[in-house]
Amino acid sequence: MNRVKILLAVCIAIAPLSAETYVIKNATVMTVSKGTFKGSVVVKDGKIAEVGQTVIEPAGATVIDGTGQYLIPGIIDCHSHIAADGGINEGSVSVSSMVDIRDVLNPEDIAIYRALAGGVTTANILHGSANSIGGCTLPIKMRWGKDAQSMIFEGATPGIKFALGENPKRAGNPVGGGRGGAATVQARYPATRMGVEDTIREAFNEAKAYKAEWDDYNAKVARGEHPIPPRKDLKLEPLKEVLEGKRYVHSHCYRADEILMLLRIADDYGFKVRTFQHVLEGYKVAKEIAAHGAGASTFSDWWSFKVEAYDAIPYNAAIMTKKGVVVSLNSDDAELMRHLNSEAGKAMKYGGMSETEALAMVTLNPAKQLGIENRVGSIEVGKDADLVLYDKFPLSDYAKVQKVLIDGTIYFDRDKEVSGRALKQAEKQKLIDKEKQNQQRQPGRGGRAGQGGQQ
Amino acid sequence: MKKLVTALLVVCACAFAETPSTFAIRNAKIVTVSGPVIAKGTVVVRHGLIEAVGENVPIPAEAWVVDGEGMTVYPGLIDSLSTVGIPGAAPAAATGRGGRGAVAATPAPTTPGAIATVTVERARGPEDRPATTSWLIAADEIQASDRRIETVRGSGITTAVTFPTRGIFGGQGSIIDLVAAEKAGEMVLVPSVGQYISLSRGGGFGGGFPSSLMGTISYIRQIYLDAAHYQLVKNTYAKDPRGMARPEYDRALEGVLDSKRILLPANRMVEMDRMLRFAAELKQSTILYGAREAYRPEAAELLKKSGTPILVSVRWPEAPRDANPEDVDSFRTLETRDKAASAPSVLQKAGVKFALYSDGLDAPRDIQRAVKKAIDAGLSREDAIRALTLSPAEIYGVADRVGSIEKGKIANLVVTKGELFDDRTKIEMVFVDGKKYTPAAEAPAGGRGPATEDPGGNQ
Repeated sequence: MNRVKILLAVCIAIAPLSAETYVIKNATVMTVSKGTFKGSVVVKDGKIAEVGQTVIEPAGATVIDGTGQYLIPGIIDCHSHIAADGGINEGSVSVSSMVDIRDVLNPEDIAIYRALAGGVTTANILHGSANSIGGCTLPIKMRWGKDAQSMIFEGATPGIKFALGENPKRAGNPVGGGRGGAATVQARYPATRMGVEDTIREAFNEAKAYKAEWDDYNAKVARGEHPIPPRKDLKLEPLKEVLEGKRYVHSHCYRADEILMLLRIADDYGFKVRTFQHVLEGYKVAKEIAAHGAGASTFSDWWSFKVEAYDAIPYNAAIMTKKGVVVSLNSDDAELMRHLNSEAGKAMKYGGMSETEALAMVTLNPAKQLGIENRVGSIEVGKDADLVLYDKFPLSDYAKVQKVLIDGTIYFDRDKEVSGRALKQAEKQKLIDKEKQNQQRQPGRGGRAGQGGQQ
Repeated sequence: MKKLVTALLVVCACAFAETPSTFAIRNAKIVTVSGPVIAKGTVVVRHGLIEAVGENVPIPAEAWVVDGEGMTVYPGLIDSLSTVGIPGAAPAAATGRGGRGAVAATPAPTTPGAIATVTVERARGPEDRPATTSWLIAADEIQASDRRIETVRGSGITTAVTFPTRGIFGGQGSIIDLVAAEKAGEMVLVPSVGQYISLSRGGGFGGGFPSSLMGTISYIRQIYLDAAHYQLVKNTYAKDPRGMARPEYDRALEGVLDSKRILLPANRMVEMDRMLRFAAELKQSTILYGAREAYRPEAAELLKKSGTPILVSVRWPEAPRDANPEDVDSFRTLETRDKAASAPSVLQKAGVKFALYSDGLDAPRDIQRAVKKAIDAGLSREDAIRALTLSPAEIYGVADRVGSIEKGKIANLVVTKGELFDDRTKIEMVFVDGKKYTPAAEAPAGGRGPATEDPGGNQ
């Protein structure tokens, strides 16, 4: 009896590590890095254990029949704003590097589950683009049902959001004043594109001085002195990390001139821009982007939503790829996020990308941009078992996600989802009916403002 | 009607003035909370303190005797998070989420003596100490003439932990006894029990820092970093000021350093998780408040594991009255409205330390109904009483003076006909510091105080 208890305890203790063993059999496996073939994938302990046309089935493995279906690596969205509570912009200041998405992750945002149902397993959750230098960001895995900390992509290099152009200079409101004459909104520097450049430079001037202060302090401590440490400044800490190469810069941008501007700042201050986001005019300066070593994360064919987004072409992704830039396609949107597979398909139509090249734009390439390609982005032995099974060729509107695995655990199963809907609806209806009944039972209880339930 | 009210007021006024310094309630059922219920016993009070309690307690010859036949005596109720007595505590609706067109976002003080709010033109970062009045101590602001004191007392609340609640760092709360005092100082049990922190944000685009939840959290984090640094520099300077630039005095940091615990808001389960982690990071003794989703077993488990006490708002969520009938709320919202009142019973079963708070429900009828709802949802009556007496006293570390009927404790008592929180129960007498008050026959009109804000939801 005791032995059973101990065994049970051990099992419970190691449960999170040891996901079930699966064999996904006879599917068209699109590995992205190692070609496409009909074969099988073995998933063990949360990792991809074996990939091949034939594999050795481990004893006790659960077989998932993939006959006629397509298996791809989990989709990675390099630009998303889901799963955060209480505002995605700290728009009050031009440099809001003191704020961190990590603090406001909402693991119960339904957008996570919907993205998961669209095959997304990892997303880079970014601060908004209201500020020249925005808040700290980080990639998460769509581990639906887990708490906020368990969502965080462990070990991934954190990022920071920069933004150039209309948003940070706040088009339409450079001098303050609310719409309709109300003087509630105050002006905020900068109001021009040159002001944006100045804001970023000033911030890095401050960050350099701050870094020098800390370096000096650390040197004194190393010499055995006991100085008072400098004040820790949450605004300058992330910028110091950027200078030290410990934090990635993901910069929102549209226009070619601004892309070059940020590259010059980066060179002047000695840091790297990890990715340009949106980068609709990237095709004009692809060589310079490639030379810097920056990635580009763009839209497939979404533009003209503002003046600076007019000079865009659907060949942007393909052209940048051909010039040697690592290119990904992102969503920036909870709805678009659910069909990034068909967004990738558009790269085949415009620019003649191959299936693999197109698929890489939503898997391996964003993984590289986020510095997590050793863990995810392709179907390779040893990588995380983040896999998506589609019923049809995935780079298409007609393909439906059947199953999604993250770390070897099934987080979305279409059969279960569809068959569970009636029950969920019935449960919900019960609550609705109950509430109606209660309301009818206690008439005339006025005066109580509806306080709760707005979530 | 007016005459009647005046008459009642006069009666009330006389009542407490007449209470003799020594009295006894005999032949009453006594719910001591800290010990077993005494089916028929006596409580003796002298000079505002409980001198004796028990089945066979001799009544001093000089004592005024109240015959408690058919009555029950409870310890005075404690409202564990309140704004009673604080001047100008504005209704929640006015504590402004800026937003476009919200011109009158700044709450207008309701009384001339309202706390002066600190007006920073437009905070450009944590250094401007936005929405911070951490140095305020409720005890210094109490207005003994606040009419809510009488209203609240009518529901058996004898003690309130009252806070300045404006801004992010609202200020330090005080425990006060709801006596009709001439000077506010007579009311104060403990002047500073903790800092009230809110995550509401008034800024919005162009409204100054912080304007987002993450901005507010970052601001609080910076304040604590600054406070630690401030203390270090101050200590070093105090040791040897020669040759050292003097540190700048910062009242915001002084207020934070003076606060022995903090109150953090957490309604949703996600917020509880977030705030528990934040509290651990800040290394601050913490009490959570809100608890709307504490009915979820996983939330209770989380709280149990952390050992952090939580204050449960009894302003249970309800469907908005003017909602579009076509709109259907999410499953979670529906579930929360259905189950929120069961949170106390879930917490009780999970062994979580919790207390109930009125959350702005001042009228006795509202409080009675709200607590009754929790009882109907599974909380035992004894546990409900404990959550409004001894538990809050323990949470705030004042169980040695209030929260139960024990020898030596402050004579805060509620005497009823019928069981407390039942629909038809009448509160006959309320004793605060041994002074007798007779609640008005009818609940005074109005009396809806400010609610605690919905902390950092998806709004």
